[in-house]
Amino acid sequence: MSNRVLRLAGYGLLLVAGLLAPFAVYPVFLMNALCFALFACAFNLLLGYTGLLSFGHAAFFGTAAYITGYAAKVMGLSTGLAILAGVAASLLLGVVFGGLSIRRQGIYFSMITLALAQLVFFVYLQAPFTGGEDGLQAIPRGKLLWVISLEKDLTLYYVVFAIFLLGFLLIYRTIHSPFGQVLKAIRENEARAISLGYDVNKYKLMAFVLSAGLAGLAGSTNAIVFSFVTLTDVDWHTSGDVVLMTLLGGMGSIFGPVVGAFSIVTLESRLSDKVGSLVTVIIGAIFVICVLLFRRGIVGEIQGLYRRVVGNRA
Amino acid sequence: MKRTVICGLAAAALLLAATSVWAQAKGKISGGVVKIGVLDDMSGLYSDIGGQGDVVAAQMAVDEMGGKVLGAPIQVVSADHQNKPDVGAQKAREWFDGDVDIIVGTVNSGVSIAVSKVANEKHRLFINSGAGSTRLTNEDCNPYTIHYEYDTYSTGTTTAKPIVASGGKTWFFLTADYAFGKSLQADTSKFVEAAGGKVLGSVLHPLSASDFSSFLLQAQASGAQVIGLANAGGDTINSVKAASEFGITKKQKLAALLIFISDVHSLGLNAAQGLYAATGFYWDHDNDTRKWSKAFAAKMGGKMPTMVNAGTYSSTLHYLKAIQAAGTDDPDAVVKKLKEMTLNDATVKGGKIRADGRMVHEFYLYQVKSPSESKGPWDYYKLVSTIPGDQAFQPLSLSRCPLIKK
Amino acid sequence: MSEIFGVPIAALFGQLVLGLVNGCFYAMLSLGLAIIFGMLNIINFAHGAFYMMGAVFTWFLLNTWNIGWWWSLLLAPLAVGIFGIFVERVFLKRLYKVDPLYGLLLTFGLALVIEGLFRYKYGVSGLPYGIPEVFQGALNLGFMFLPKYRGIVVLATLVVCFTTWFVIERTQLGAYLRAGTENPPLVQAFGINVPVMITLTYAIGVALAGLAGVLAAPTLQVSPLMGSNLIIVVFAVVVIGGMGSILGSILTGLGLGLIEGLTKVFYSQASNTVVFMIMALVLLVRPAGLFGREK
Repeated sequence: MSNRVLRLAGYGLLLVAGLLAPFAVYPVFLMNALCFALFACAFNLLLGYTGLLSFGHAAFFGTAAYITGYAAKVMGLSTGLAILAGVAASLLLGVVFGGLSIRRQGIYFSMITLALAQLVFFVYLQAPFTGGEDGLQAIPRGKLLWVISLEKDLTLYYVVFAIFLLGFLLIYRTIHSPFGQVLKAIRENEARAISLGYDVNKYKLMAFVLSAGLAGLAGSTNAIVFSFVTLTDVDWHTSGDVVLMTLLGGMGSIFGPVVGAFSIVTLESRLSDKVGSLVTVIIGAIFVICVLLFRRGIVGEIQGLYRRVVGNRA
Repeated sequence: MKRTVICGLAAAALLLAATSVWAQAKGKISGGVVKIGVLDDMSGLYSDIGGQGDVVAAQMAVDEMGGKVLGAPIQVVSADHQNKPDVGAQKAREWFDGDVDIIVGTVNSGVSIAVSKVANEKHRLFINSGAGSTRLTNEDCNPYTIHYEYDTYSTGTTTAKPIVASGGKTWFFLTADYAFGKSLQADTSKFVEAAGGKVLGSVLHPLSASDFSSFLLQAQASGAQVIGLANAGGDTINSVKAASEFGITKKQKLAALLIFISDVHSLGLNAAQGLYAATGFYWDHDNDTRKWSKAFAAKMGGKMPTMVNAGTYSSTLHYLKAIQAAGTDDPDAVVKKLKEMTLNDATVKGGKIRADGRMVHEFYLYQVKSPSESKGPWDYYKLVSTIPGDQAFQPLSLSRCPLIKK
Repeated sequence: MSEIFGVPIAALFGQLVLGLVNGCFYAMLSLGLAIIFGMLNIINFAHGAFYMMGAVFTWFLLNTWNIGWWWSLLLAPLAVGIFGIFVERVFLKRLYKVDPLYGLLLTFGLALVIEGLFRYKYGVSGLPYGIPEVFQGALNLGFMFLPKYRGIVVLATLVVCFTTWFVIERTQLGAYLRAGTENPPLVQAFGINVPVMITLTYAIGVALAGLAGVLAAPTLQVSPLMGSNLIIVVFAVVVIGGMGSILGSILTGLGLGLIEGLTKVFYSQASNTVVFMIMALVLLVRPAGLFGREK
């Protein structure tokens, strides 16, 4: 009973912190961090819970961003509809990529996702609607539900926070559902899951598409926040960033990616002014250290520490 | 008991947050400091053209004003936009949401266009000395953006003029695939066609391409008399190198439509000799420019300033003078003052800022010396002609800027 | 001038030759990757960084100690190989017991660190490196000027690639290497020092990348970013050729270079994407790659 109350209190505190944060911290920075947190959580659905390392997730993030931007700016759709359009696009792309890559396992799977994402990158580089190197600029923030104007940073922050919570809760429910259990089974021992009669490829594909769609939601929201989509959003470095966020935060828990995302976004914004191009070196070094010594990630290590101190009470 | 603890914790959190709201001074125009932001490519393809040099140049302008204006201290900050429009726009937004009053420098047209939009949104000044695209004073013009020093119209047409006059009638363009390259190609093509020439074709290359050989082969296959290089910085350097490697320069002429003295320095006179260079500033032009440039070089390890560095210095200086003349740092008042002033300093004589934000001044056509003609390092150019401002830049009558009432 | 499909012959052959030269770099790099993957089951994301190090080291040798290109052919791969030994011993050894995905992530992190450091030190504008005197100038082939140096690149690549393939597939040393990774304890029982062999294999794989860097220095831009520009295409080449197949990666690398060149002539916008499109197609039809064996 006490454990449960403590957990609820923890969630409550986080919620309050989230609601009040924009008054203490630059809201645009927070919104960026939230979008990447959602992106990382979506990615972790695939990595931590299904055991599939996709190295091309930026393709979904960026595709949704471009489609949303185009829908809002050129087609004049209202913001909500534009975001939905973006998510639909990333879901579709998820089906295509998933179909091509699911047949392979392990490293092969990762390589294929990487190469497919590069294909998408070069298509966007050439396509006139993306603006190429110049990017898709001046995307209107518009109005939510045709009434609430999103021009002010504060209003937009709450909308973004709500979107993040929605995505997060969806992932939470998925993980704790029977579907989620099957995913974990596949991660643990795919052969066993097959022998138990589960159509493993179908489950993997569904997880892939869901992950792609949520990554797309993050991308669409990010596009509205910055009024801007560029090739960086589909670049493989962004795919690498989200892997790092998940690894650093901890892939074994649902909060891990959130912690990782906030850490990396903060690191990148604080450091880039001071050390310029050394940021890549630091990010790379964190990668190396995490893989060698720190595989459970921040949240994982904290959980481990807690268990050792408090003991494993039932 | 547990429930009270939790409620207490929640309340404490609320209180903490509430007090932080009061404690935090929301950033507005800084009462008491004039902050100048130099936003540039500090480490990439264009870092030699603007980069750290722009920071030094801006600081020189600040020092010339005695470090203070209207009693308030002046501060120079800088950031690297990495040639990414989103990074540049985000930085501009963060700066303008805070207490930076003006952004100067900024090589890279894609970034500059993005920043000019942020400047317009936040009603703060952006005086750009580094970008080329004429869109800044046409389709994308706004009251808070001033395009200083040069643009693709002035360099493109000035470079093309002698080439077309001496018989280079058919052209093929090798163009950097973004706002700047396309602008340079468009402005130069219009001039070539108006002068009776013909554009046979073009090929787009990615920014910072590593290998130009396949693009140059296409240029060669076109049979055009002139290959127009609608790119800049490292891209121009590599295009010129590859062209000589493939023997292209034996039959076709190269036109570097935008080339900076830092590029010539990298290429070396052997490779660059004979190229035309259109510029708004050259360090060895007269006594004033020599004096200022030597002071600049002393701070930059012997490196002479490019016209972008000169523009950053000049624009910062006149911004500060405009604040003094207007008696306030309110952006609207300062812009009004700037458009009234005639600009004179070590690097510019008789410059004026037009209603569309275009800064107009004397422009020069130089030609790169051969190694035997040069008397020492950085002695690279010989003067061919001087063009008055109203002829070098796009006439106001042709402007596509919505601010200009026709 | 005669034309094929509306394109002048000169342009067509010119691009094909350039494509072949590019293909040589693809082949050499994917060869190294295939060796490392086939033998060690590691995807070496840092391969591009080793290639870049080879090129920068070549420039460094000339600039600092006036050591020319010929010596660099020997010294640079050696230096890169030694660094590779260090990487394998200190970092990769710890990951053999864990999921191979961690190896991928580690090498990815290493690539970022190496490239970031070089970028910090040397900027991105590119370091100038001239073509060695002997090879300067171009051969007038009639339909185009072929810079002599690019011809040498093709020759050198073919020699190196086929020698390597021969050593691995047809000699006893190669047999030991292959056996050592299939069944380490058994081979170790025969008295062969397997861990040393594994280290050597990694070193040779990255030395090949370094050698490619030396060849690239005079003709492509020597810049800290040169590796990351190439590496993903090379991955696609390896996937198409078949992840463990050495011959597959050589042939695929050369072939894809040619196809890219062709694409530039007829439909240049697609030249970036054609490799990936082919990869998607191959995966649909032959998931193991063209020459691959299911592992």
